[in-house]
Amino acid sequence: MSIPTAVEVSELAMSYGDVDVLRGLDLTVPTGTVYALLGPNGAGKTTVVRILSTLVPADSGRAAVAGFDVARDAGDVRRSIGVTGQFSAIDELLTGRENLRLMADLAHLRSAESARRVASLLARFDLDDAADRRASTYSGGMKRRLDLAMTLVSRPRLVFLDEPTTGLDPRSRRELWRLVRELVADGVTIFLTTQYLEEADELADRVGVLHQGRLVAEGTPSELKRLVPGGRVEITFTSPSGLAAAAGRVRNAGVDEAALLLTVPYEGDFACLQSLVTELDGASVVSFEVRTPDLDDVFLALTGHAVRPVLPTEKPEAVR
Amino acid sequence: MTAVALTSPRPVRDSWTMLRRNLRQMVRYRSLTLMLIAQPLAFMLLFVYVFGGTMGPGIRGGDGRGDYLRFIMPAIVVMTIASVSLSTTYTIALDTEKGIVDRFRTMPIARSAVLAGRVLGAVVQTVVALVVVLAVALLLGYRSGGTILGWLGVTGLVLLMTLSLTWLTVGLGLAAPNAETASNTPLPLMFLPFLSSGFVPTGSMPVGLRWFAEHQPFTPMIDTLRAWMGGASPGSDAWWAVGWCLLIGVLSFWWARRLFARPQAT
Repeated sequence: MSIPTAVEVSELAMSYGDVDVLRGLDLTVPTGTVYALLGPNGAGKTTVVRILSTLVPADSGRAAVAGFDVARDAGDVRRSIGVTGQFSAIDELLTGRENLRLMADLAHLRSAESARRVASLLARFDLDDAADRRASTYSGGMKRRLDLAMTLVSRPRLVFLDEPTTGLDPRSRRELWRLVRELVADGVTIFLTTQYLEEADELADRVGVLHQGRLVAEGTPSELKRLVPGGRVEITFTSPSGLAAAAGRVRNAGVDEAALLLTVPYEGDFACLQSLVTELDGASVVSFEVRTPDLDDVFLALTGHAVRPVLPTEKPEAVR
Repeated sequence: MTAVALTSPRPVRDSWTMLRRNLRQMVRYRSLTLMLIAQPLAFMLLFVYVFGGTMGPGIRGGDGRGDYLRFIMPAIVVMTIASVSLSTTYTIALDTEKGIVDRFRTMPIARSAVLAGRVLGAVVQTVVALVVVLAVALLLGYRSGGTILGWLGVTGLVLLMTLSLTWLTVGLGLAAPNAETASNTPLPLMFLPFLSSGFVPTGSMPVGLRWFAEHQPFTPMIDTLRAWMGGASPGSDAWWAVGWCLLIGVLSFWWARRLFARPQAT
Protein backbone atom coordinates (compact mmCIF):
# COMPACT_ATOMS: atom_id res chain seq x y z
CA MET A 1 0.00 0.00 0.00
CA SER A 2 1.39 3.39 -0.89
CA ILE A 3 1.65 6.15 1.68
CA PRO A 4 -1.14 8.64 1.04
CA THR A 5 -0.15 12.17 0.12
CA ALA A 6 -0.41 14.39 3.20
CA VAL A 7 -2.32 17.18 1.49
CA GLU A 8 -3.83 17.16 -1.98
CA VAL A 9 -5.79 20.20 -3.10
CA SER A 10 -7.27 20.82 -6.51
CA GLU A 11 -9.36 23.67 -7.90
CA LEU A 12 -10.22 24.90 -4.41
CA ALA A 13 -12.44 27.98 -4.44
CA MET A 14 -13.95 29.97 -1.63
CA SER A 15 -15.61 33.34 -1.31
CA TYR A 16 -16.99 35.35 1.59
CA GLY A 17 -19.79 37.48 0.25
CA ASP A 18 -18.41 39.35 -2.77
CA VAL A 19 -14.81 38.63 -1.94
CA ASP A 20 -13.18 35.70 -3.71
CA VAL A 21 -10.63 34.50 -1.19
CA LEU A 22 -9.50 31.40 -3.08
CA ARG A 23 -9.84 31.12 -6.86
CA GLY A 24 -8.80 27.65 -7.91
CA LEU A 25 -5.96 26.64 -5.64
CA ASP A 26 -3.93 23.53 -6.49
CA LEU A 27 -1.21 22.14 -4.30
CA THR A 28 0.31 18.87 -3.13
CA VAL A 29 2.29 18.14 0.01
CA PRO A 30 4.08 14.77 0.10
CA THR A 31 4.12 12.94 3.43
CA GLY A 32 7.12 13.71 5.61
CA THR A 33 7.88 17.13 4.11
CA VAL A 34 7.44 20.73 5.23
CA TYR A 35 5.33 22.96 3.05
CA ALA A 36 5.09 26.71 3.57
CA LEU A 37 2.28 28.77 2.16
CA LEU A 38 3.69 32.28 1.83
CA GLY A 39 1.55 35.35 1.39
CA PRO A 40 0.59 38.73 2.76
CA ASN A 41 -2.36 39.38 5.04
CA GLY A 42 -5.62 38.70 3.29
CA ALA A 43 -4.11 36.37 0.69
CA GLY A 44 -6.29 33.51 1.95
CA LYS A 45 -3.71 31.53 3.93
CA THR A 46 -5.87 31.12 7.02
CA THR A 47 -8.84 30.12 4.87
CA VAL A 48 -6.76 27.30 3.36
CA VAL A 49 -5.88 26.02 6.85
CA ARG A 50 -9.49 26.28 8.00
CA ILE A 51 -10.70 24.27 5.01
CA LEU A 52 -8.00 21.61 5.40
CA SER A 53 -8.66 21.28 9.14
CA THR A 54 -12.41 20.73 8.57
CA LEU A 55 -13.49 24.01 10.20
CA VAL A 56 -15.16 25.40 7.12
CA PRO A 57 -16.31 23.78 3.88
CA ALA A 58 -14.97 25.09 0.58
CA ASP A 59 -17.39 26.39 -2.05
CA SER A 60 -15.94 24.10 -4.69
CA GLY A 61 -12.92 22.00 -5.50
CA ARG A 62 -11.40 19.01 -3.78
CA ALA A 63 -9.23 18.78 -0.71
CA ALA A 64 -7.86 15.56 0.76
CA VAL A 65 -5.84 15.33 3.95
CA ALA A 66 -3.97 12.13 4.85
CA GLY A 67 -5.91 10.47 2.05
CA PHE A 68 -9.33 11.48 3.43
CA ASP A 69 -11.71 13.91 1.80
CA VAL A 70 -12.18 16.91 4.13
CA ALA A 71 -15.86 17.21 3.32
CA ARG A 72 -16.89 13.52 3.36
CA ASP A 73 -14.52 12.04 5.96
CA ALA A 74 -14.06 14.94 8.37
CA GLY A 75 -13.80 12.55 11.32
CA ASP A 76 -10.91 10.63 9.75
CA VAL A 77 -9.18 13.90 8.85
CA ARG A 78 -9.50 15.10 12.47
CA ARG A 79 -8.01 11.82 13.68
CA SER A 80 -4.95 12.45 11.50
CA ILE A 81 -4.12 16.08 12.16
CA GLY A 82 -3.09 18.62 14.77
CA VAL A 83 -3.81 22.31 14.33
CA THR A 84 -2.17 25.33 15.90
CA GLY A 85 -3.97 28.47 14.85
CA GLN A 86 -2.89 32.05 14.62
CA PHE A 87 -4.19 32.92 18.06
CA SER A 88 -3.28 30.79 21.04
CA ALA A 89 -6.12 28.35 21.58
CA ILE A 90 -5.39 27.68 25.21
CA ASP A 91 -7.52 27.87 28.35
CA GLU A 92 -6.04 30.78 30.25
CA LEU A 93 -7.83 29.89 33.48
CA LEU A 94 -6.05 26.54 33.59
CA THR A 95 -2.37 25.94 34.24
CA GLY A 96 -0.06 24.76 31.49
CA ARG A 97 -0.13 21.25 32.90
CA GLU A 98 -3.92 21.24 33.13
CA ASN A 99 -4.22 22.41 29.53
CA LEU A 100 -2.05 19.49 28.42
CA ARG A 101 -3.98 17.08 30.65
CA LEU A 102 -7.20 18.29 29.05
CA MET A 103 -5.82 17.37 25.63
CA ALA A 104 -4.60 14.01 26.93
CA ASP A 105 -8.05 13.25 28.36
CA LEU A 106 -9.71 14.20 25.09
CA ALA A 107 -7.23 11.95 23.28
CA HIS A 108 -8.38 9.15 25.62
CA LEU A 109 -4.88 8.41 26.89
CA ARG A 110 -4.65 6.17 29.94
CA SER A 111 -3.73 8.11 33.05
CA ALA A 112 -0.17 6.74 33.38
CA GLU A 113 0.52 7.40 29.72
CA SER A 114 -1.10 10.81 29.97
CA ALA A 115 1.15 11.82 32.89
CA ARG A 116 4.24 10.66 31.00
CA ARG A 117 3.24 12.45 27.83
CA VAL A 118 2.42 15.70 29.64
CA ALA A 119 5.70 15.63 31.57
CA SER A 120 7.76 15.02 28.46
CA LEU A 121 6.04 17.81 26.52
CA LEU A 122 6.49 20.26 29.40
CA ALA A 123 10.20 19.47 29.46
CA ARG A 124 10.62 19.56 25.70
CA PHE A 125 8.80 22.89 25.38
CA ASP A 126 10.69 24.41 28.30
CA LEU A 127 7.52 24.92 30.33
CA ASP A 128 8.57 22.91 33.38
CA ASP A 129 8.98 25.90 35.68
CA ALA A 130 5.69 27.45 34.62
CA ALA A 131 3.74 24.17 34.48
CA ASP A 132 1.61 24.90 37.52
CA ARG A 133 0.99 28.56 36.83
CA ARG A 134 -2.13 29.78 35.09
CA ALA A 135 -1.64 30.19 31.36
CA SER A 136 -2.94 33.76 31.65
CA THR A 137 0.40 34.67 33.28
CA TYR A 138 2.45 33.31 30.36
CA SER A 139 4.35 35.49 27.90
CA GLY A 140 3.38 35.47 24.22
CA GLY A 141 6.16 33.03 23.38
CA MET A 142 5.19 30.67 26.21
CA LYS A 143 1.53 30.72 25.18
CA ARG A 144 2.55 29.82 21.64
CA ARG A 145 4.74 26.98 22.91
CA LEU A 146 1.94 25.66 25.12
CA ASP A 147 -0.45 25.89 22.18
CA LEU A 148 1.88 23.79 20.00
CA ALA A 149 2.51 21.33 22.84
CA MET A 150 -1.27 20.87 23.22
CA THR A 151 -1.51 20.11 19.51
CA LEU A 152 1.16 17.42 19.87
CA VAL A 153 -0.37 15.52 22.80
CA SER A 154 -2.17 13.13 20.45
CA ARG A 155 1.00 12.61 18.35
CA PRO A 156 -0.46 13.82 15.05
CA ARG A 157 1.55 12.86 11.96
CA LEU A 158 0.42 15.97 10.12
CA VAL A 159 0.51 19.37 11.80
CA PHE A 160 -0.95 22.63 10.53
CA LEU A 161 0.70 25.79 11.81
CA ASP A 162 -1.08 29.00 10.89
CA GLU A 163 1.41 31.87 11.16
CA PRO A 164 3.14 30.22 14.10
CA THR A 165 5.50 33.11 14.87
CA THR A 166 3.49 36.21 13.98
CA GLY A 167 3.82 38.70 16.81
CA LEU A 168 6.69 36.88 18.52
CA ASP A 169 10.01 38.48 19.38
CA PRO A 170 13.08 37.16 17.50
CA ARG A 171 14.23 34.95 20.35
CA SER A 172 10.84 33.24 20.75
CA ARG A 173 10.67 32.90 17.00
CA ARG A 174 14.01 31.05 16.85
CA GLU A 175 12.90 28.86 19.76
CA LEU A 176 9.70 27.90 17.93
CA TRP A 177 11.64 27.17 14.76
CA ARG A 178 13.87 24.81 16.73
CA LEU A 179 10.78 22.98 18.04
CA VAL A 180 9.34 22.70 14.55
CA ARG A 181 12.64 21.29 13.25
CA GLU A 182 12.52 18.64 15.99
CA LEU A 183 9.07 17.62 14.80
CA VAL A 184 10.34 17.37 11.26
CA ALA A 185 13.20 15.18 12.45
CA ASP A 186 10.57 12.86 13.96
CA GLY A 187 9.01 12.53 10.52
CA VAL A 188 5.98 14.75 11.12
CA THR A 189 4.56 16.42 8.03
CA ILE A 190 4.16 20.16 8.47
CA PHE A 191 1.90 22.56 6.60
CA LEU A 192 2.60 26.10 7.68
CA THR A 193 1.53 29.54 6.60
CA THR A 194 3.72 32.57 6.99
CA GLN A 195 4.23 36.16 5.94
CA TYR A 196 7.98 35.86 6.29
CA LEU A 197 10.23 34.70 3.49
CA GLU A 198 12.90 34.09 6.11
CA GLU A 199 10.62 31.69 7.99
CA ALA A 200 9.74 29.74 4.86
CA ASP A 201 13.45 29.62 4.02
CA GLU A 202 14.35 28.36 7.52
CA LEU A 203 11.76 25.61 7.72
CA ALA A 204 10.24 24.55 4.44
CA ASP A 205 11.18 22.00 1.79
CA ARG A 206 8.78 23.64 -0.62
CA VAL A 207 7.17 27.06 -0.66
CA GLY A 208 4.00 28.11 -2.42
CA VAL A 209 3.37 31.82 -2.91
CA LEU A 210 -0.29 32.67 -2.52
CA HIS A 211 -1.53 35.77 -4.26
CA GLN A 212 -5.16 36.70 -4.78
CA GLY A 213 -6.35 33.18 -4.08
CA ARG A 214 -3.96 31.35 -6.39
CA LEU A 215 -0.42 30.05 -6.27
CA VAL A 216 1.72 32.40 -8.33
CA ALA A 217 4.94 30.47 -7.70
CA GLU A 218 6.01 27.24 -6.09
CA GLY A 219 9.38 25.68 -5.47
CA THR A 220 12.18 25.13 -3.02
CA PRO A 221 13.24 28.23 -1.06
CA SER A 222 16.41 28.54 -3.12
CA GLU A 223 14.49 28.26 -6.39
CA LEU A 224 12.22 30.98 -5.14
CA LYS A 225 15.06 33.22 -4.09
CA ARG A 226 16.62 32.84 -7.51
CA LEU A 227 13.49 34.43 -8.93
CA VAL A 228 13.91 37.33 -6.58
CA PRO A 229 16.61 39.97 -6.88
CA GLY A 230 19.12 39.51 -4.10
CA GLY A 231 19.78 41.76 -1.21
CA ARG A 232 20.94 45.33 -1.48
CA VAL A 233 22.57 48.10 0.46
CA GLU A 234 20.65 51.33 0.71
CA ILE A 235 22.67 54.45 1.45
CA THR A 236 21.07 57.82 2.08
CA PHE A 237 23.10 61.02 1.68
CA THR A 238 23.02 64.47 3.21
CA SER A 239 23.17 66.29 -0.13
CA PRO A 240 22.84 65.77 -3.92
CA SER A 241 26.56 66.43 -4.29
CA GLY A 242 27.43 63.68 -1.78
CA LEU A 243 25.11 61.31 -3.65
CA ALA A 244 26.64 62.20 -7.03
CA ALA A 245 30.18 61.74 -5.74
CA ALA A 246 29.41 58.29 -4.35
CA ALA A 247 27.46 57.28 -7.48
CA GLY A 248 30.55 58.06 -9.53
CA ARG A 249 32.72 55.72 -7.48
CA VAL A 250 30.41 52.72 -6.88
CA ARG A 251 29.64 50.36 -9.78
CA ASN A 252 26.13 49.03 -10.59
CA ALA A 253 24.52 51.49 -8.21
CA GLY A 254 20.95 52.69 -8.62
CA VAL A 255 20.46 56.40 -7.97
CA ASP A 256 17.30 57.99 -6.62
CA GLU A 257 18.01 61.72 -6.64
CA ALA A 258 14.74 62.77 -5.05
CA ALA A 259 15.29 60.51 -2.01
CA LEU A 260 19.09 61.08 -2.01
CA LEU A 261 19.28 57.28 -2.09
CA LEU A 262 21.93 55.03 -3.57
CA THR A 263 21.03 51.33 -3.96
CA VAL A 264 23.84 48.80 -4.41
CA PRO A 265 23.23 45.09 -5.11
CA TYR A 266 24.57 42.88 -2.33
CA GLU A 267 24.77 39.08 -2.31
CA GLY A 268 26.13 38.56 1.17
CA ASP A 269 29.80 38.84 0.20
CA PHE A 270 31.64 40.59 3.03
CA ALA A 271 34.58 41.75 0.89
CA CYS A 272 32.15 43.64 -1.36
CA LEU A 273 30.63 45.31 1.67
CA GLN A 274 34.03 46.26 3.01
CA SER A 275 35.15 47.82 -0.25
CA LEU A 276 31.85 49.68 -0.52
CA VAL A 277 32.41 51.21 2.91
CA THR A 278 35.87 52.44 1.95
CA GLU A 279 34.43 54.13 -1.16
CA LEU A 280 32.12 56.31 0.90
CA ASP A 281 32.78 59.68 2.49
CA GLY A 282 31.48 59.21 6.02
CA ALA A 283 30.55 62.87 6.47
CA SER A 284 27.97 62.79 3.66
CA VAL A 285 26.17 59.58 4.67
CA VAL A 286 22.94 59.80 6.69
CA SER A 287 22.15 56.09 6.86
CA PHE A 288 23.58 52.80 5.63
CA GLU A 289 21.25 49.81 5.57
CA VAL A 290 21.82 46.23 4.44
CA ARG A 291 18.56 44.69 3.20
CA THR A 292 17.89 41.01 2.57
CA PRO A 293 15.03 40.07 0.23
CA ASP A 294 11.69 39.94 2.00
CA LEU A 295 8.12 39.18 1.08
CA ASP A 296 7.82 42.56 -0.65
CA ASP A 297 10.68 41.67 -2.97
CA VAL A 298 9.18 38.24 -3.72
CA PHE A 299 5.88 39.81 -4.62
CA LEU A 300 7.46 42.58 -6.61
CA ALA A 301 9.36 40.01 -8.61
CA LEU A 302 6.47 37.58 -9.08
CA THR A 303 3.50 39.85 -9.56
CA GLY A 304 5.05 43.08 -10.75
CA HIS A 305 3.65 45.08 -7.88
CA ALA A 306 4.35 45.46 -4.22
CA VAL A 307 2.36 43.79 -1.48
CA ARG A 308 -0.96 45.43 -1.15
CA PRO A 309 -3.67 44.07 1.03
CA VAL A 310 -6.10 42.29 -1.27
CA LEU A 311 -8.87 43.05 1.15
CA PRO A 312 -9.70 46.21 3.04
CA THR A 313 -9.39 44.38 6.35
CA GLU A 314 -6.88 41.89 7.55
CA LYS A 315 -9.30 39.00 7.34
CA PRO A 316 -12.63 38.57 5.65
CA GLU A 317 -15.46 39.21 8.06
CA ALA A 318 -17.29 36.20 9.31
CA VAL A 319 -20.40 35.37 7.38
CA ARG A 320 -22.89 34.86 10.13
CA MET B 1 0.51 7.79 7.87
CA THR B 2 1.09 5.52 10.81
CA ALA B 3 -1.52 4.75 13.41
CA VAL B 4 -2.67 7.64 15.53
CA ALA B 5 -3.27 7.66 19.27
CA LEU B 6 -6.80 9.02 19.11
CA THR B 7 -9.64 6.58 19.21
CA SER B 8 -13.20 7.12 18.10
CA PRO B 9 -15.35 9.72 19.86
CA ARG B 10 -16.74 8.77 23.27
CA PRO B 11 -19.49 11.26 24.08
CA VAL B 12 -19.85 10.37 27.76
CA ARG B 13 -16.14 10.40 28.54
CA ASP B 14 -15.59 13.59 26.54
CA SER B 15 -18.52 15.31 28.24
CA TRP B 16 -17.08 14.33 31.61
CA THR B 17 -13.71 15.79 30.60
CA MET B 18 -15.37 19.03 29.51
CA LEU B 19 -17.44 19.16 32.69
CA ARG B 20 -14.29 18.87 34.81
CA ARG B 21 -12.69 21.67 32.82
CA ASN B 22 -15.72 23.89 33.38
CA LEU B 23 -15.90 23.14 37.09
CA ARG B 24 -12.23 24.01 37.40
CA GLN B 25 -12.87 27.27 35.58
CA MET B 26 -15.66 28.09 38.05
CA VAL B 27 -13.30 27.66 40.96
CA ARG B 28 -10.64 29.77 39.22
CA TYR B 29 -12.96 32.49 38.01
CA ARG B 30 -14.04 33.18 41.56
CA SER B 31 -15.31 36.72 41.02
CA LEU B 32 -17.81 35.55 38.39
CA THR B 33 -18.95 32.58 40.48
CA LEU B 34 -19.44 34.77 43.57
CA MET B 35 -21.25 37.43 41.56
CA LEU B 36 -23.73 34.84 40.31
CA ILE B 37 -24.64 33.89 43.86
CA ALA B 38 -24.48 37.46 45.18
CA GLN B 39 -27.00 38.73 42.63
CA PRO B 40 -30.07 36.76 43.81
CA LEU B 41 -28.94 37.16 47.43
CA ALA B 42 -28.83 40.94 47.03
CA PHE B 43 -32.33 40.95 45.54
CA MET B 44 -33.60 38.77 48.38
CA LEU B 45 -32.15 41.07 51.06
CA LEU B 46 -33.36 44.17 49.21
CA PHE B 47 -36.89 42.91 48.86
CA VAL B 48 -37.19 41.50 52.34
CA TYR B 49 -35.62 44.35 54.29
CA VAL B 50 -36.33 47.42 52.13
CA PHE B 51 -39.70 46.57 50.62
CA GLY B 52 -40.81 43.66 52.81
CA GLY B 53 -42.30 45.66 55.67
CA THR B 54 -44.72 47.42 53.32
CA MET B 55 -45.22 44.64 50.81
CA GLY B 56 -45.90 41.88 53.34
CA PRO B 57 -49.28 43.20 54.43
CA GLY B 58 -50.15 43.81 50.76
CA ILE B 59 -50.23 40.13 49.80
CA ARG B 60 -53.20 37.95 50.56
CA GLY B 61 -53.03 36.60 54.10
CA GLY B 62 -49.66 38.27 54.54
CA ASP B 63 -48.39 40.16 57.50
CA GLY B 64 -44.72 41.10 57.93
CA ARG B 65 -41.36 40.51 56.27
CA GLY B 66 -41.47 36.76 56.97
CA ASP B 67 -44.62 36.30 54.90
CA TYR B 68 -43.19 38.39 52.11
CA LEU B 69 -39.98 36.31 52.10
CA ARG B 70 -42.17 33.21 51.74
CA PHE B 71 -44.02 34.89 48.87
CA ILE B 72 -40.94 35.90 46.89
CA MET B 73 -38.85 32.78 47.55
CA PRO B 74 -39.91 31.09 44.25
CA ALA B 75 -38.96 34.24 42.33
CA ILE B 76 -35.55 34.30 44.05
CA VAL B 77 -35.06 30.65 43.02
CA VAL B 78 -35.92 31.56 39.42
CA MET B 79 -33.54 34.54 39.53
CA THR B 80 -30.77 32.28 40.79
CA ILE B 81 -31.29 29.93 37.86
CA ALA B 82 -31.38 32.87 35.45
CA SER B 83 -28.29 34.41 37.00
CA VAL B 84 -26.21 31.25 36.50
CA SER B 85 -27.45 30.70 32.99
CA LEU B 86 -26.45 34.28 32.12
CA SER B 87 -22.85 33.43 32.87
CA THR B 88 -23.07 30.48 30.48
CA THR B 89 -23.73 32.87 27.61
CA TYR B 90 -20.60 34.78 28.53
CA THR B 91 -18.30 31.81 29.03
CA ILE B 92 -19.47 30.10 25.81
CA ALA B 93 -18.87 33.28 23.82
CA LEU B 94 -15.48 33.74 25.50
CA ASP B 95 -14.41 30.20 24.55
CA THR B 96 -15.47 30.77 20.95
CA GLU B 97 -13.68 34.12 20.80
CA LYS B 98 -10.46 32.75 22.28
CA GLY B 99 -10.18 30.00 19.70
CA ILE B 100 -10.22 27.01 22.03
CA VAL B 101 -13.59 25.96 20.61
CA ASP B 102 -11.97 25.87 17.17
CA ARG B 103 -9.28 23.63 18.62
CA PHE B 104 -11.99 21.26 19.92
CA ARG B 105 -13.67 21.34 16.52
CA THR B 106 -10.53 20.10 14.79
CA MET B 107 -10.19 17.19 17.24
CA PRO B 108 -11.87 13.81 16.84
CA ILE B 109 -14.02 14.26 19.94
CA ALA B 110 -17.77 14.04 20.32
CA ARG B 111 -18.91 17.51 19.29
CA SER B 112 -21.89 17.33 21.62
CA ALA B 113 -19.44 17.03 24.53
CA VAL B 114 -18.33 20.66 24.28
CA LEU B 115 -21.86 21.95 24.86
CA ALA B 116 -22.95 19.14 27.16
CA GLY B 117 -20.00 19.85 29.47
CA ARG B 118 -21.05 23.49 29.62
CA VAL B 119 -24.68 22.67 30.39
CA LEU B 120 -23.81 20.08 33.06
CA GLY B 121 -21.43 22.61 34.60
CA ALA B 122 -24.26 25.14 34.76
CA VAL B 123 -26.47 22.58 36.51
CA VAL B 124 -23.80 21.99 39.16
CA GLN B 125 -23.30 25.73 39.56
CA THR B 126 -27.06 26.29 39.92
CA VAL B 127 -27.34 23.62 42.58
CA VAL B 128 -24.47 25.19 44.56
CA ALA B 129 -25.97 28.67 44.19
CA LEU B 130 -29.42 27.46 45.26
CA VAL B 131 -28.04 25.73 48.35
CA VAL B 132 -26.38 28.99 49.40
CA VAL B 133 -29.51 31.03 48.66
CA LEU B 134 -31.75 28.62 50.59
CA ALA B 135 -29.33 28.55 53.52
CA VAL B 136 -29.36 32.35 53.75
CA ALA B 137 -33.15 32.35 53.45
CA LEU B 138 -33.38 29.91 56.37
CA LEU B 139 -31.14 32.22 58.39
CA LEU B 140 -33.47 35.10 57.57
CA GLY B 141 -36.34 33.09 58.99
CA TYR B 142 -37.70 31.35 55.91
CA ARG B 143 -39.86 28.38 56.85
CA SER B 144 -41.44 26.26 54.16
CA GLY B 145 -44.82 24.65 54.59
CA GLY B 146 -44.03 22.17 51.83
CA THR B 147 -44.19 18.40 52.02
CA ILE B 148 -41.35 16.09 51.04
CA LEU B 149 -43.23 15.26 47.86
CA GLY B 150 -43.64 18.96 47.20
CA TRP B 151 -39.93 19.56 47.59
CA LEU B 152 -39.20 16.65 45.24
CA GLY B 153 -41.43 18.43 42.75
CA VAL B 154 -39.50 21.66 43.37
CA THR B 155 -36.20 19.86 42.76
CA GLY B 156 -37.44 18.30 39.54
CA LEU B 157 -38.86 21.53 38.18
CA VAL B 158 -35.72 23.47 39.13
CA LEU B 159 -33.55 20.98 37.23
CA LEU B 160 -35.83 21.14 34.22
CA MET B 161 -35.83 24.94 34.28
CA THR B 162 -32.04 24.99 34.60
CA LEU B 163 -31.60 22.71 31.61
CA SER B 164 -33.98 24.62 29.39
CA LEU B 165 -32.73 28.10 30.33
CA THR B 166 -29.10 26.99 30.01
CA TRP B 167 -29.66 25.62 26.50
CA LEU B 168 -31.26 28.96 25.67
CA THR B 169 -28.25 30.88 26.99
CA VAL B 170 -25.84 28.48 25.24
CA GLY B 171 -27.61 29.42 22.01
CA LEU B 172 -27.38 33.11 22.86
CA GLY B 173 -23.68 32.72 23.59
CA LEU B 174 -23.00 30.97 20.28
CA ALA B 175 -25.03 33.57 18.38
CA ALA B 176 -23.22 36.53 19.97
CA PRO B 177 -20.50 38.11 17.84
CA ASN B 178 -18.18 38.43 20.86
CA ALA B 179 -18.03 37.90 24.61
CA GLU B 180 -18.77 41.53 25.39
CA THR B 181 -22.09 41.48 23.56
CA ALA B 182 -22.80 38.06 25.01
CA SER B 183 -22.69 39.42 28.54
CA ASN B 184 -25.58 41.75 27.72
CA THR B 185 -27.92 39.84 25.41
CA PRO B 186 -29.56 37.63 28.03
CA LEU B 187 -30.27 40.47 30.49
CA PRO B 188 -34.03 40.34 29.80
CA LEU B 189 -33.98 36.96 31.54
CA MET B 190 -33.11 38.77 34.78
CA PHE B 191 -35.93 41.26 34.32
CA LEU B 192 -38.73 38.92 33.34
CA PRO B 193 -39.25 37.60 36.89
CA PHE B 194 -40.18 41.15 37.94
CA LEU B 195 -42.97 41.19 35.35
CA SER B 196 -44.51 38.02 36.73
CA SER B 197 -46.33 36.82 39.81
CA GLY B 198 -42.95 36.69 41.54
CA PHE B 199 -42.92 39.82 43.68
CA VAL B 200 -46.51 41.05 43.71
CA PRO B 201 -49.81 39.32 42.85
CA THR B 202 -50.57 39.93 39.17
CA GLY B 203 -54.01 41.20 40.19
CA SER B 204 -52.43 44.43 41.45
CA MET B 205 -51.00 45.29 38.00
CA PRO B 206 -52.60 47.51 35.30
CA VAL B 207 -54.49 45.56 32.64
CA GLY B 208 -51.90 45.31 29.84
CA LEU B 209 -49.04 44.43 32.16
CA ARG B 210 -51.25 42.03 34.02
CA TRP B 211 -52.09 40.17 30.83
CA PHE B 212 -48.38 39.90 30.04
CA ALA B 213 -47.50 38.81 33.57
CA GLU B 214 -50.15 36.12 33.59
CA HIS B 215 -49.11 34.70 30.24
CA GLN B 216 -45.33 34.82 30.36
CA PRO B 217 -43.51 31.53 31.04
CA PHE B 218 -42.05 32.48 34.42
CA THR B 219 -45.46 32.96 36.05
CA PRO B 220 -46.65 29.32 35.92
CA MET B 221 -43.14 28.24 36.98
CA ILE B 222 -43.17 30.59 39.96
CA ASP B 223 -46.76 29.71 40.88
CA THR B 224 -45.96 26.00 40.74
CA LEU B 225 -42.86 26.41 42.91
CA ARG B 226 -44.86 28.58 45.35
CA ALA B 227 -47.60 25.98 45.65
CA TRP B 228 -45.18 23.10 46.24
CA MET B 229 -43.02 25.13 48.64
CA GLY B 230 -46.12 26.15 50.58
CA GLY B 231 -47.71 22.72 50.79
CA ALA B 232 -50.46 23.41 48.24
CA SER B 233 -51.30 21.79 44.91
CA PRO B 234 -50.22 23.75 41.81
CA GLY B 235 -53.02 22.30 39.67
CA SER B 236 -52.73 23.06 35.96
CA ASP B 237 -49.87 25.54 36.58
CA ALA B 238 -47.50 22.57 36.91
CA TRP B 239 -48.38 21.39 33.41
CA TRP B 240 -47.92 24.88 32.01
CA ALA B 241 -44.57 25.18 33.77
CA VAL B 242 -43.32 21.84 32.45
CA GLY B 243 -44.71 22.62 29.01
CA TRP B 244 -42.92 25.96 28.81
CA CYS B 245 -39.66 24.33 29.98
CA LEU B 246 -39.89 21.60 27.36
CA LEU B 247 -40.78 24.07 24.61
CA ILE B 248 -37.95 26.48 25.46
CA GLY B 249 -35.53 23.64 26.13
CA VAL B 250 -36.16 21.65 22.95
CA LEU B 251 -36.16 24.69 20.66
CA SER B 252 -33.01 26.08 22.29
CA PHE B 253 -31.27 22.71 22.17
CA TRP B 254 -31.99 22.44 18.46
CA TRP B 255 -30.93 26.05 17.88
CA ALA B 256 -27.68 25.73 19.88
CA ARG B 257 -26.73 22.51 18.10
CA ARG B 258 -27.32 24.14 14.75
CA LEU B 259 -25.24 27.17 15.68
CA PHE B 260 -22.42 24.96 16.91
CA ALA B 261 -22.35 22.87 13.74
CA ARG B 262 -22.37 25.98 11.55
CA PRO B 263 -19.10 26.52 9.72
CA GLN B 264 -16.95 29.18 11.34
CA ALA B 265 -15.79 31.67 8.77
CA THR B 266 -13.04 33.45 10.66
